[in-house]
Amino acid sequence: MTSYTYRKFKNRLFFVLCLGCVIIAVVPLVSILFEVIARGAPQLSLQFLTQPPQPPSLPGQPAGGIGPAIQGTLILIVLTSLIGIPIGVMSGVFLAEYGNNKYAAVTRTINDVLTEFPSIVVGITVFLAVVLSLGHFSPIAGAVALSFILIPIVARTTEESLKLVPNSTREASLALGVRRWRTIVSVVLPEAGSGLVTGSLLAVARIAGETAPLIMTILGSQYFFQGFNQPMDALPLRIWRDVTSPYPSQIAQGWGAALVLILVVLSLNIGVRVATARRSNGAHARLGEIRK
Amino acid sequence: MIGDADIEKTPAASDSALSSEKMQTIGLSAWFGEKRALKNISLTIKTNSVTAIIGPSGCGKSTFVRCLNRMHELVPGARMSGRVLLDGRDIYKRDVDPVLIRRRVGMVFQKPNPFPTMSIYDNVAAGLRLTGVKRGKSLDDIVRQSLEQATLWDEVKDDLKKPGTSISGGQQQRLCIARAIALQPEVILMDEPCSALDPTATAKIEELIVSLKQNYTVVIVTHNMQQAARVSDFTAFLYLGELIEYGSTKDMFENPTSEITEKYITGKFG
Amino acid sequence: MKISSLEDDLFKILAAVIAASAAVILIVTGYTLFNGALPVLQRFGTYFFTGTQWNPNATPLYPEIYGALPYLLGTLVTAAIALLIGVPISLGIAIFLVEMSPRGLRVPVSYLIELLAAVPSVIYGLWGLFVFRFWISDYVETPLHTYLGWFPAFRGTPFGLDFLTAGIILAIMIIPTVSSISREVIRAVPNSIREGAYSIGATKWEVIRNWVLSYGRSGIFGAVILGLGRAVGETMAVTMLIGNASGSAAMPTSLFKPGQTMSSLIANGFLESSPGTLLYSAYISVGLLLLLLSLLINVIAQVMVTRIFKVKGGAVE
Repeated sequence: MTSYTYRKFKNRLFFVLCLGCVIIAVVPLVSILFEVIARGAPQLSLQFLTQPPQPPSLPGQPAGGIGPAIQGTLILIVLTSLIGIPIGVMSGVFLAEYGNNKYAAVTRTINDVLTEFPSIVVGITVFLAVVLSLGHFSPIAGAVALSFILIPIVARTTEESLKLVPNSTREASLALGVRRWRTIVSVVLPEAGSGLVTGSLLAVARIAGETAPLIMTILGSQYFFQGFNQPMDALPLRIWRDVTSPYPSQIAQGWGAALVLILVVLSLNIGVRVATARRSNGAHARLGEIRK
Repeated sequence: MIGDADIEKTPAASDSALSSEKMQTIGLSAWFGEKRALKNISLTIKTNSVTAIIGPSGCGKSTFVRCLNRMHELVPGARMSGRVLLDGRDIYKRDVDPVLIRRRVGMVFQKPNPFPTMSIYDNVAAGLRLTGVKRGKSLDDIVRQSLEQATLWDEVKDDLKKPGTSISGGQQQRLCIARAIALQPEVILMDEPCSALDPTATAKIEELIVSLKQNYTVVIVTHNMQQAARVSDFTAFLYLGELIEYGSTKDMFENPTSEITEKYITGKFG
Repeated sequence: MKISSLEDDLFKILAAVIAASAAVILIVTGYTLFNGALPVLQRFGTYFFTGTQWNPNATPLYPEIYGALPYLLGTLVTAAIALLIGVPISLGIAIFLVEMSPRGLRVPVSYLIELLAAVPSVIYGLWGLFVFRFWISDYVETPLHTYLGWFPAFRGTPFGLDFLTAGIILAIMIIPTVSSISREVIRAVPNSIREGAYSIGATKWEVIRNWVLSYGRSGIFGAVILGLGRAVGETMAVTMLIGNASGSAAMPTSLFKPGQTMSSLIANGFLESSPGTLLYSAYISVGLLLLLLSLLINVIAQVMVTRIFKVKGGAVE
């Protein structure tokens, strides 16, 4: 083989390898979706979604449902959003609008680092700081732990969305005599609105799937929500506990819960992408109106 | 030719080696997506000559030369039609590999682009290494000769290990010329090689171009008519993607046939 | 005029204070962990970082002792496997998307890769437990053990819940991050370099290998470090696939052994311990160690990547 034919061969081989990498990466995704749907769909029923789990005493005895887990995840989503989104958005506002100094730079780096925090570490910390102080496991502790993860993400995505708003918009508002803080709140924030919503929704999708921070904050439970000073269940926890148990009925229940969780997370993700694709046309129109 | 032995280089006609037509375009048209950049250009590039392509900005000069070494097709959405002959053979035929064409038809770009991650020596040697020439005396010799031909050797001979971007703009451009020459191409295309350089550097390169035509065929794109008049033997005038006039430089500048040519040359627009 | 600037100042201060939440989270985490770890650190000192015994049940012959080395190594080994496998694949994807893919495929393919990041860790673990581990144990580990079993890393009868499987799952999980950043880095390579390389007759592969990757190597290195940070911090998928070994039996001496990482240890065992005991403090100490390792890696990664070019913080999944 001459040098030139060899080079051509390497070129072709390389193209095949790169394509192969793409395929290798897509196979797990397809397999996961397939298995979760195939094994989880048979479990789905109205009962499954609304009833509490039954302890697996006799073989063949149905394992009940995952109602408490679904309720718990929803409660956590609401609580975490209530705590984390305002803080995250405000942090993002600070970084974007007042962000040209050392303090902001450090804060930015800390936020980026926090997004990659080991989630189990968040769990221990909130256990030590909140659960021990309260004296019991609590949905609040769970929400605080999830907020530790949500806040940095929302802060950075908010910052990026705000930065996309052109400076001319801010200047136009200021020139009209609107105060700076009012400009930010009433003009810039709405303008960046879709980006903010996207970022927050994606962050919510992420925390909805987190397990480790919940292990030692809400503990998990067989029962529906019992109060802010009691343990609670959540989908990821339910999945983990079910599928690592020795009982086939519980394992099956776990697959069903996994299907529900994946549906929630993926529909949030895909929904956001679809909405942004359409909304980018809307943003241009609004900008045009402001300019008029 | 260095390196590969099985390159398609035998000319079509038995006496083509003596042919005075190194390259020829026949009905060459080019598009960027829907936008047509070149309309049916037919002209000849004579061997061992310097041919200048002139015309106002946007007339398709760069696109034209990029069709000569199959760089045009690297732009997404770009396409062409027509024929481009090198030694009588169409370079766009299905079984022709662009990689081989680009080794025979080298290019120097408007903004000097030596490889920043490589030393001066490695910049010149880059093309050779690709074809399998290993480290050693022969490589050293070729690098030295190329730098000498590019009139850069004396200035960098003690600094060969320095990065290719550590020298001045004019020197970088000569380095790029040396890099192209190292492969011993048959044709050297130059796309406004001096437009990013100061007058002194420009003068050096113009001298270089005139000396290069002894061993190579040169096609130079330029928006500077005086430069075209100084260095070229033939000139082609392009306007809005069409070939308006083509002939010996002397004739074109003293007796332009077309009115547009005359207007452009006398500076009435451009 | 004074009144309006007072309002503006108040708002700015409010925003600044709320932005301090990041620092607060960091400090609270560090402080509570450090406090909780003190009993064990004071009692065992350096043994905690270098020792391999993990014995919560004191007997006259074997006193209570805690060494976290096996778990530290377990985290590092699984992360190393993740990088060895995940980085080349990520680069291949990035190169495909920037240099080779037809325009129409770009968005769908990159979106599919992004979706990989949206799948929750516990579902990776679930899939791994019931599906993937059999792929690995049947098609990778058994052949390797049969034919190359003399090699230290392939010793031990493979049954799928071990360092290798955990490492490979981690590799899949870091692909979205590493490939998306690498993609930005490759896209940022100036076209003039590619043109220069094509003009001397380089093939596409040669242009990419000798020039594009070379120019972008520091950015790609930053992407790798970020991937490392991700792999180190990952908990659930690893917990479910690593096999839950303890003490010196958890030392990563073979790929096919069950093991333990710092995060999986805590996930599996923390709730079994009672507050105030040494075991309890030992778990917290492991958490502290994990925190420090993760901080170190991620700070380096952030500094590197932001220096090269702008990164969209948490949105990079």
